Amino acid sequence: MRNVLAHNRVVRRVAGMIGTLFGVAVLVFVMLRAIPGDQITAGLGTEAAALTPVQREALERYYGLDQSLFTQFFSWLGNMFTGNFGYSARSQQSVLELTLHSLPVTFELAVFSIVLALLVGVPLGMLAASRTNSPRDFLGQVVSLAGLSVPAFLLATTLLSIFAASFGFNPNGQGFATLFENPLLNMEQMFLPALVLGFGIAAPILRTTRTAVLEVRSNDFIHTARAKGVPPGRLQVKHVLGNALVPIVTMTGLQFGYLLGGAVVVEQIFSVPGIGRQVLLGIQQKEYAVVQSTVLVIALAFVIVNLLTDVLYRVIDPRVRAS
Amino acid sequence: MSRGIFSAIGTAAALSIALTSCSSPSGPATTTGATGKAGGNLVVGVTSDPDTLFPWKATQFQAVNVLQNIYGTLTEFDKDLNVVPGLAESWETSKDGRTLTLTLRQGVTYSDGSAFDSKDVTSSLNKIMEESTAAVARASLSSVKSVDAPDAHTVVLKLSGPDAALPANLATVNMAMLSSDDTEEKLNAAPNGTGPFAMKKRVASQSITLARNDTYWGSEKPKLDGVEFRVIPDESSIVSAMQSGNVQLAIFNDPLVAQTAQGGSITIAKTPQLNYHALQLNTRRGDLGDVNVRLAIQCAIDRKQVLDTAALSEGEVTGPITAPAFKSDPQQRPCPTRDLAKAAEYLGKAGKPGGVTVKAIVSQGEYATSVNEGQNLKAQLAEAKITLDLEVLESGAFVDRWVAGDFEAAVALNGGRPDPDGMYSRYFTSKGNLNKVAGYSSPELDKLFAEGKATTDQAARKEIYGKVGAELENNAAWIWLFTGYTYTGTTAQVKGFVPMASGSLQYLRTTTLN
Repeated sequence: MRNVLAHNRVVRRVAGMIGTLFGVAVLVFVMLRAIPGDQITAGLGTEAAALTPVQREALERYYGLDQSLFTQFFSWLGNMFTGNFGYSARSQQSVLELTLHSLPVTFELAVFSIVLALLVGVPLGMLAASRTNSPRDFLGQVVSLAGLSVPAFLLATTLLSIFAASFGFNPNGQGFATLFENPLLNMEQMFLPALVLGFGIAAPILRTTRTAVLEVRSNDFIHTARAKGVPPGRLQVKHVLGNALVPIVTMTGLQFGYLLGGAVVVEQIFSVPGIGRQVLLGIQQKEYAVVQSTVLVIALAFVIVNLLTDVLYRVIDPRVRAS
Repeated sequence: MSRGIFSAIGTAAALSIALTSCSSPSGPATTTGATGKAGGNLVVGVTSDPDTLFPWKATQFQAVNVLQNIYGTLTEFDKDLNVVPGLAESWETSKDGRTLTLTLRQGVTYSDGSAFDSKDVTSSLNKIMEESTAAVARASLSSVKSVDAPDAHTVVLKLSGPDAALPANLATVNMAMLSSDDTEEKLNAAPNGTGPFAMKKRVASQSITLARNDTYWGSEKPKLDGVEFRVIPDESSIVSAMQSGNVQLAIFNDPLVAQTAQGGSITIAKTPQLNYHALQLNTRRGDLGDVNVRLAIQCAIDRKQVLDTAALSEGEVTGPITAPAFKSDPQQRPCPTRDLAKAAEYLGKAGKPGGVTVKAIVSQGEYATSVNEGQNLKAQLAEAKITLDLEVLESGAFVDRWVAGDFEAAVALNGGRPDPDGMYSRYFTSKGNLNKVAGYSSPELDKLFAEGKATTDQAARKEIYGKVGAELENNAAWIWLFTGYTYTGTTAQVKGFVPMASGSLQYLRTTTLN
């Protein structure tokens, strides 16, 4: 009986995921075609006015734009199942190949940023919660306010010009190095972008930590533990932080999901060839195959991260497991 | 656990800064080699990846710049935009102007090693003229009736009539001479040209690397070992890349960026462009059909003010023709300075003393100054009782409407060409392929353009295109505003690069790194 129930939950979960992905596929397909202009005008610009009808037809055939939208949608979706994500007319590469290059880059950037954000956000949040309305709480407020209100593009350009002009430190002006090609240069190149992104994410993590810690501390078992003589350090880490982890993990998972698709601005400014930039370039060039398939990959990543977050706080919090 | 990670990251970060601070300055020095010696790899910063590597379809600035260094054309432009020999050593027009005979350069090879001869020329020209290849330069060959190759080094073009603009039209990279064995699919992945450089490596949306073509036909061989076009999407980021020595040459569009870049190790050269900013009026729409309304608009605009407010005074007020050899004089036009009384008079003549309303499309993001131009024009025209309704569109939407000729007025930045026929006959002749977009033609203009095409004498041609310019401005077909500058930024090691009014990077072939 239990098994069937558990089985059902998994089936429901997977069905939900597939439904979400299909919805995303339809939405991105429709929205992309609602944007004025197509691949032909995107490539030729105003020169497209000089095309004769025969020339235009030839180009539409080449890009597959002569088929009905229905056919275009299902042939794209069908092809994705066979691993054919379509081709970029611009670079003559398969979208799968492009994605396999760009996704790890964004993934690495996201991990780096999250780690930086946790290193700043969690300790500061705990510090702020340790004495409310004190100077250290105020410091936490200022940091989180700054993190939330300073736009990433501003911080990015400022950091870039300070480092480049004053110190000659601009690894991002060089060709991009992956972690395996040149780990040191890769770390240098990831440093500033991760700093910018991490700063932005540290703010919500800090706030969540503060609130969660305050809430946990008001519970009776903390008082009991303190009364039983648990040393303050152990109390903070094991009892307080341990129990405050669930909201922090949820928030972190959510931010990580956003990062996988949303680091566009920072990737653009630092010319990091990640997946956000791949989508942006695709939109500019109206490369339907690139945008559609990449957005779907991002959505898939988001769904998986969400699932992992769920699983993770089942592990952390026995109450969730029990329910 | 978290403490362990913290110290590891901290060490890595500290290490990376320490390492870069010593490695960065030495970076460029190692690539440039010994002082004063030719060679080295030049890094050019570009804001976007070429959208195609197929020269017949390339219209994007970045694509043209890269392809120009890979492919060869029958004729070329020198730094003053005069037509000079390219793959054709010389050419001769018959007395009646109906035959153009080209003598091809011998001993030229493609980068795949195959030889260039008349077969490649006939196949290239025929394919460009074929509609199904969708080559953008097809219309420039409209006077060509047939292409023959009597021998391997001679090509004869039979023309339907004299065409003085043809040699200049053959000089663009859209007329690149491709090997007759190549196909579009093949060249999209592996360009194969006769230019000073050859394709070496491409990393999508990151960089394109060219290597020197050692068998290049030019009397002066290219000096650089290679050129890398590195994609750095943001112009300010290119400036910082130049400041830290990672990039040595870049072309900027944004005057503000160019101003901030100037100084220190970066030199900025300003070159007036062929491109021009204009308020296009569609005379086939609404009140704009009345020449008096158009003249009222033309008299109500102070072009210097548009230039000053929208483009930080970075540019020159222009008439229709921007090419140095045929340049229009902006003083020779109705109301060369703003004249509101005259504008009111024209509105009266049009029977609209109370004013008119004109809808104008403006592109957002296609170029830096568009919206500011629109706003300044609106403010100026309001003082003459002319309401300019601005419709700001995303660049894709703007291009769609523009291409369809679906607008009353358009704030536009149009590409210029060295030859006035190539530049304007497609717009302002009744059969021109962009006439729908231009929204104006007249029997006088048809006659003048035909005359200009049939005349080979330079002085006589200059006079004819002077008349074309006057005809366009006296009828206020469009309102020509100004031309901007191209800003070429170079670091101190770069020598021998000549910026051109077309923004072309063709002089990379004479550039050295010291």
